[in-house]
Amino acid sequence: MSEQLVYAMEVILNGLMAGVLYALVALGFVLIFKASGIFNYAQGVMALFAAMTLVGIMNGQVPFSHLINAIFGSHITQFGWQVPAVIAILLTMAVMVLLAWCVQQFVMRHLVNQEPIILFMATIGLAYFLEGVADLMWGSEIKSLDVGLPQGINLWIDETTLNIFGYGFFIDNLDIVATIVAALLVIALVAFSQYTKQGRAMRAVADDHQAALSVGISLNFIWVMVWSVAGFVALVAGIMWGTKSGVQFSLSLIALKALPVLMLGGFTSIPGAIVGGLIIGVGEKLFEFAIGPLVGGATENWFAYVLALIFLVFRPQGLFGEKIIERV
Amino acid sequence: MKTKLTTLALGAMMAAGPAMADLVFPSLSYRTGPFAAGGIPFADGYADYFTLLNERDGGIGGVKTRVPECETGYNTEKGVECYEATKGEGALVYQPLSTGITYQLIPKATADDIPIHSMGYGRTSAKNGDVFSHVFNYPANYWNGASGAVNYLLGENGGDLNGKKIALVYHNSAYGKEPIRTLEELAKKHGFELVLLPVDSPGQEQKSQWLQIRRDKPDYVVLWGWGVMNQAAVQEAANIRFPMENFIGVWWSGAEHDVTPAGDKADGYKALTFTGLGSDYPIYDDLKKYVVDTGKAAGAGDQLGSVQYNRGLYAAMLAAEAARTAQEIHGTAEITSGQMRDGMEALDITEAKMADLGMSGFGPEFKVSCENHGGPGLVGVAQWSATDKTWSVISDFQPTDDDVINPLVDEDSSAYAGENKIDPNC
Repeated sequence: MSEQLVYAMEVILNGLMAGVLYALVALGFVLIFKASGIFNYAQGVMALFAAMTLVGIMNGQVPFSHLINAIFGSHITQFGWQVPAVIAILLTMAVMVLLAWCVQQFVMRHLVNQEPIILFMATIGLAYFLEGVADLMWGSEIKSLDVGLPQGINLWIDETTLNIFGYGFFIDNLDIVATIVAALLVIALVAFSQYTKQGRAMRAVADDHQAALSVGISLNFIWVMVWSVAGFVALVAGIMWGTKSGVQFSLSLIALKALPVLMLGGFTSIPGAIVGGLIIGVGEKLFEFAIGPLVGGATENWFAYVLALIFLVFRPQGLFGEKIIERV
Repeated sequence: MKTKLTTLALGAMMAAGPAMADLVFPSLSYRTGPFAAGGIPFADGYADYFTLLNERDGGIGGVKTRVPECETGYNTEKGVECYEATKGEGALVYQPLSTGITYQLIPKATADDIPIHSMGYGRTSAKNGDVFSHVFNYPANYWNGASGAVNYLLGENGGDLNGKKIALVYHNSAYGKEPIRTLEELAKKHGFELVLLPVDSPGQEQKSQWLQIRRDKPDYVVLWGWGVMNQAAVQEAANIRFPMENFIGVWWSGAEHDVTPAGDKADGYKALTFTGLGSDYPIYDDLKKYVVDTGKAAGAGDQLGSVQYNRGLYAAMLAAEAARTAQEIHGTAEITSGQMRDGMEALDITEAKMADLGMSGFGPEFKVSCENHGGPGLVGVAQWSATDKTWSVISDFQPTDDDVINPLVDEDSSAYAGENKIDPNC
């Protein structure tokens, strides 16, 4: 087998893994859009907020300590304890549920029946607000996140591929974990929406919220639930990306990686987010590998959007999106 | 009662004497946004040094200093807004803290007769004071950085890089592209192969670049990153088990927050520096006494001794010494920005002066001139110890390759002078 083909195989595998990470972010967008028709611009910031909260809780950091110290002249920054990762994740999830309730109670509830663009603008405001709150709450320094996930080259894959192809493939252990987590997450989300009462109610609201309301489904509850689930997905994405390069403001920018995934996979399909992520991941990595050196490299950011636009020409609703036909 | 009040008021006025305007050193900081981790310590160091001067010495030449801070978020448009908003306060010098902002401010500040100090960043060819009358980039610039890295590697290889392969992983922006031309010239001169690997901003995802490094097996990797790109690069290098001792970053890729997310695996990573590291300098005793212990430290007061804090401290010291020089030249304590420019152009940093300031060895000795606004371009190398969580200098400030750099400076500055019809300053 030619050397270039072996390298391309390694690139494809890594592209698939990167695609899973993109899909993790895209899933949060899909959940909220599917249930409420809102394109949640704040999803990336929610991942940042969740990861910062997780690290803060794990390290026993006093929230809003800068503010407290500035007002009262005190010097408190730490509680002096460390919280195990599992408990910290549960506590962070509780914070995300509280955030979901606040978003519904103070923002979205007042905007029911408004145009989608108004709701979108509200989520832009929410994104900037959350950024500021996260900074104020936990500080803006870069924090290490270690919840015990393995990182670095997978030696088994390295050795096995070395024996087969004469070249050991690099696959990051963290990417393998992310793939497993994403698969479990999708199974759990599908099972939740298909087999639980709340899940079916969520689907009913997604199909027709007025009809759902007429059969006694509480819109408030469902939307809080959806934002909570999106918060959970944001937490998972935040853990994966935060483990890779530290928990910092740039985490919020991972949303940019999710946009082409959504355009390609469709805004309303959970499998679409996964498949879209995989196509974008493989597409951008292969393009960078094959064409990048000819055009000066750094093609990944723009090529992801080009790829999504090409798909849009043929399927404007995305690969798995709902085709909307409206009468004139 | 009325007489008593009048007497009191007159007494107060006499005690106060003639009101002197503050010496204003605006700080275009970025404490928020994706690059805040680097912006906060620099801004704290810059502010704390002037606080120290006010508290310990009563300012500079008897005039108090003031550091109005304006948040740029490392955004060029906001940086220009900050410049416009603060220049009317009597700004003496600007540290734009961003190559993009520097480029925008060069013509504006020159027209306003306000000097710019872009220390280790900005437009490299601004070293040529004959063309850039109001821009100073001492003590070192990007091209010194590129040459410093190559010089260090030459030292590691017995003076011979022939046949070696060096990969440059760089931020795909004007900043990241700065060293390319110099490295290309140095590659020709020393016979090494240069591999260019751009990373798009912000740089969280670098898998493709590091897979290529794993395939191509360069002998050394030079990193020219900023923000999350640095942490991601160090992590990816650790993931592919690239030897950290062969991985060397520019000075903006060598702070504590760049290496801590990778934990123990970052041990041995190297970075260039043009300032002293750590807090083992006498000035820190004064900072503790007059600034920290009195509760006057900037920000949370928790950045002292960090790499970027020291850089902010050093920039402030250079600004203060230039102001002092300007006061001496013009025989007035209340200098203008134009006089400050003269002070910067006549700045003479000697070891004796550094020792007096409690900063012996903190930076190189140098003298600025009308022709040379860039200083000597001396560059050191530091190495990270993950065990001690400290940076240590492993190569002292060394000269860089002026034979390669100066023609490039002349070429670029001449082109700028031609485009903008600039008459020689010197």
